[in-house]
This record gives sequence, C-alpha cells and structure tokens, in this order.
Amino acid sequence: MNLTLRIWRQRSSEQAGAMTTYEVRDISPDMSFLEMLDVLNEELILRGEDPVAFDHDCREGICGACGMVINGQAHGPERTTTCQLHMRHFQDGDTIDVEPWRAAAFPVVRDLVVDRSAFDRVIGAGGYITAPTGSAPEAHATPVPKEAADTAFEHAECIGCGACVAACPNGSAMLFTSAKVVHLNSLPQGAPERESRVLGMVAAMDEQGFGGCTNTGECATACPKGIPLPSIAAMNREYLRALRKGAPGRV
Amino acid sequence: MALATRTAHPSALRTLWGSTIGKKTVMAGTGVIMLLFLIAHMLGNLKIFFGPGDFNSYAAWLRTIGQPVLHHSWYLWLQRTALVACVVLHGVAAYQLSRRDRAARPQRYAHRQPARGSYATRTMRWGGVILGLFIVWHILDLTTGTLNPRGEAGHPYEDIVADFQVWYVDLIYIAAMLALGLHIRHGFWSAAQTLGANSRTRDRALKAAANVLAAVLTAGFVLVPVAVMTGLVN
Ligand code: HEM
Ligand code: FES
Repeated sequence: MNLTLRIWRQRSSEQAGAMTTYEVRDISPDMSFLEMLDVLNEELILRGEDPVAFDHDCREGICGACGMVINGQAHGPERTTTCQLHMRHFQDGDTIDVEPWRAAAFPVVRDLVVDRSAFDRVIGAGGYITAPTGSAPEAHATPVPKEAADTAFEHAECIGCGACVAACPNGSAMLFTSAKVVHLNSLPQGAPERESRVLGMVAAMDEQGFGGCTNTGECATACPKGIPLPSIAAMNREYLRALRKGAPGRV
Repeated sequence: MALATRTAHPSALRTLWGSTIGKKTVMAGTGVIMLLFLIAHMLGNLKIFFGPGDFNSYAAWLRTIGQPVLHHSWYLWLQRTALVACVVLHGVAAYQLSRRDRAARPQRYAHRQPARGSYATRTMRWGGVILGLFIVWHILDLTTGTLNPRGEAGHPYEDIVADFQVWYVDLIYIAAMLALGLHIRHGFWSAAQTLGANSRTRDRALKAAANVLAAVLTAGFVLVPVAVMTGLVN
C-alpha cells in the first residue's frame, strides 16, 4: 500500500506545531499502525530528518501508551489500541491524518507524545487500596460475590490510555475515573475507603483541568477496552452517596 | 494535649457546587423539577378544549390553591419563586460548566469527525438558550400580558385565542416547543445518568421514556396553537 500521512509535528511544548505531509510506500496490510510509523521513521532518519515521536511500549494492547488520534478518531477506525490497529483497515492511496490527544490536561510534549501524568494524579488521590503489600494473600481469605468480581474485573481492564479524554468534546476524564472508582468500590477490599476514594479522585480530576461530562457518549465509543457509559452513572451514584454520608466518623 | 488530627471539611453543599459532577447534579435536579411542572402545565393547557368557562375558572382555581392556610395567590407565588430559582441555577450551572468544558479542549482536531451524538445531544446549550429566551417572552406574553395582543387579567382563554391568531406568535411558540422536545429527549436520560439512576439494564428503558416524554410534551403543548389556527378553539 502507498499512503499519504499528515502528521502533527511539534518540536516541544513551547513551540507551535503543524500538520506535515509525508508519503510512505510498500506498506504491508499486515503491519500495525505503529510498524507503519516505524517504516516512516527509518526513512526520515536515513534522510537526516527528525523521526516522528510517539509513545509506545507493550505493542500488545495492554499498556495504554500508544495513544494517537487517527482520522479524527482516538486509536483510529477500529475499537482497539493503535498498536493493535492493522493497516488492512485502510485502502491503498488513502490520506491519513495523525494527531496527538487534544486536551488542556494532556499537554503535547513532542509530536504525538502527550504528558498524561494528570491521570497519575487522579490515581494518586484514591485509585488504590491502603493495605499491607507483600506476598499475595490467600485467594479465598476475602470472599467476593461473583457479580462484584465481574464488575471489578470489567473495570480493571482500563489501561489508562486516555482515549476517552481525547474523544470527549469536553476533554473530560469521567470514563477513566469511573473505571477506577467502580473497580475498587465494588470490591470488599475497596470498602474502607469507598467514600474518600470517590470524593478525592473526583476533586483531583476537576483540579487537573479536565472538563465535565455532557453524556455525549464519545468516550465509551472510543474506549479500546469497552468500559461502558453507565459506569459514569455508577460513579455519580458513588459520589452523591459519599457526599450524603460525609467523611466516616465525622463529628 | 489533643493532637490536631482532623482536617477541616468543606460542607457537602459547597463540595457539590464546586465540583463538575455536583454542578451537573444541580442541573439534573432543577431540570427534573421544571419537567414535572411542564407535565402539569401541559395537562392544564389542554383544558382549553372544554371552553372558556372551564378554562378560565381553572385558571382562577390555581390562585386558590392552599387556601385558607395560604392567602389568595400565595401558593402560585411560591411556585413561581421556586421555578425562577430552578431556571437561574440550571442556567448558571450550564454556563459555568460550558466554559470549563471549552477550556478543557483548547485545540480542535484538524481532522474532525462528524459528531456521533444525536442532534438533541449536540443542541443542549443553544437549545437551552432558546428555551431561556422563550421563558422570558412567554411570561411577558401570557403571565403579565405586556406583549399579548389582548392581555386582560383573568381572561387567559381569550388572551390565548388572540395570541395564536398572530402567525409569528405561532411560529415562535411552535419552534420553542420543538426545542423543548429536543432538550428533554437528551435531558431526561442525561439527568438519570447524572443522578446515578442509570445502569446497563435500565439504559434502553430510560432512553425510550425520554423519547416518549419529549414527544408527548411537545405534542401536548403544540396542540393548543394548532387548535386556534384551525378554528377548533376560538
Ligand atoms: C434557561 C434555559 C435553559 C438552559 C440554558 C439549559 C441548558 C442546559 C444544558 C447546557 C444542559 C446540559 C446538557 C448536557 O450536555 O448534558 C441541560 C440539561 C438539562 N436540562 Fe436544561 N436548559 C434550560 C432550560 C431547561 C428547561 C425549561 C427544562 C425543563 C424541563 C430543562 C431540563 C433539563 C434537564 C432535565 C437536563 C438534564 C440534566 C443533566 O444533564 O443531567 N432545561 N440544560
Ligand atoms: S503500545 Fe501498549 S497498548 Fe499500545
């Protein structure tokens, strides 16, 4: 396949960027989107130009590093991560637009790389359980109802890639935050911090400059892991419950 | 000596108004209150089909609600105050959240996708502004009578008939009711989502209920000008 790529090039967060056009030839339809970019980068290096910077790590759809917006869609036309997107979903002669995640909370570092540490700060505000770690506890020490385990597992699938924020017209992190809140709040291990977790994470989410939710549903459509839109309702339920209850033991 | 182990917590109300979820909750709560009012309002309007005696005495009865505990019209004023508070809170929250949302996405994508959300979803902001303007006009028209071609207190039936014989009044009114239908089509389901009442099993039923509610309210309100235009009510 021969393709025309229009890629966002930006040398640093301080400098202005622009869409820049490149041609790539003889791309195999079996390549992943990242491998196609590797081919482009090899050529750019041989020509003495700067390669296109993009984030990637596992290349198997589990680390969440490889986010980019392809033809206006987070992770491109298929419901998967960019590393798992194959070139067979494009046609020979296509022009493909590639842009970084766009959100005030995700500043561009360079080209297609954005700084997603705002997500880490949301996690730091309660996306964990306070328990002594060490060797893994005996699996049956804490019984977990099947339904709770299923809900927790489904939401634990979130890889924090940021596609939800990139797809949302408001740059909102509600789907990401709801995945974490629902995951931990549905488990007995998460119960002691049930209220402080949701209050803390939502406050951190607002502080990082993410937008609010207008229930447009773009996030759930873009999510490569299929976190469903009603998860946001579940987080709202937890949030309003926590506000009604106040902090535990408060006098 | 006691250790200062407690941190000061802001009140729940302050946290609510200070967070994106909380502001949206205020929008959902006020929206649902306005929606309940609109259902009653629409049903009341349909009494116009029983003639001027019936309709005007219904309007007079509205002023007697709560008597003798409340003085004449007091209940009506309480309700008006509550509804104005709802419109203001709803509008202020919408404005503040919209500004925040725009700031959170300062740069647009060069390649823009056609929006997948429904027309109703995409028109909530401007549709809401249209509703706000309509509410002002509607009060000046049929509550105070200022803009009504007739505008005589105690004679709402005659005022309405005079109103809807003017073509542009029909146009404004019907357009506003279509905007209302759209707003409720997204708004009802959205409120359920915001208030945490939605779940995977309820999602479809809530969307269906929103569609029915939007259609019934729009049709119920539009029936009145159509009846005047066709001479069914005169
Ligand atoms: C002052 C005029 C109004 C403005 C500016 C306005 C604006 C808005 C906006 C921007 C939203 C958020 C939509 C979203 O993106 O999810 C909304 C939601 C809503 N509106 Fe309004 N609106 C107005 C009047 C009304 C009226 C008269 C009703 C009466 C039924 C109403 C009912 C609702 C409901 C139920 C919601 C859902 C709340 C939620 O999203 O959780 N609105 N409105
Ligand atoms: S590189 Fe790890 S998910 Fe794509």
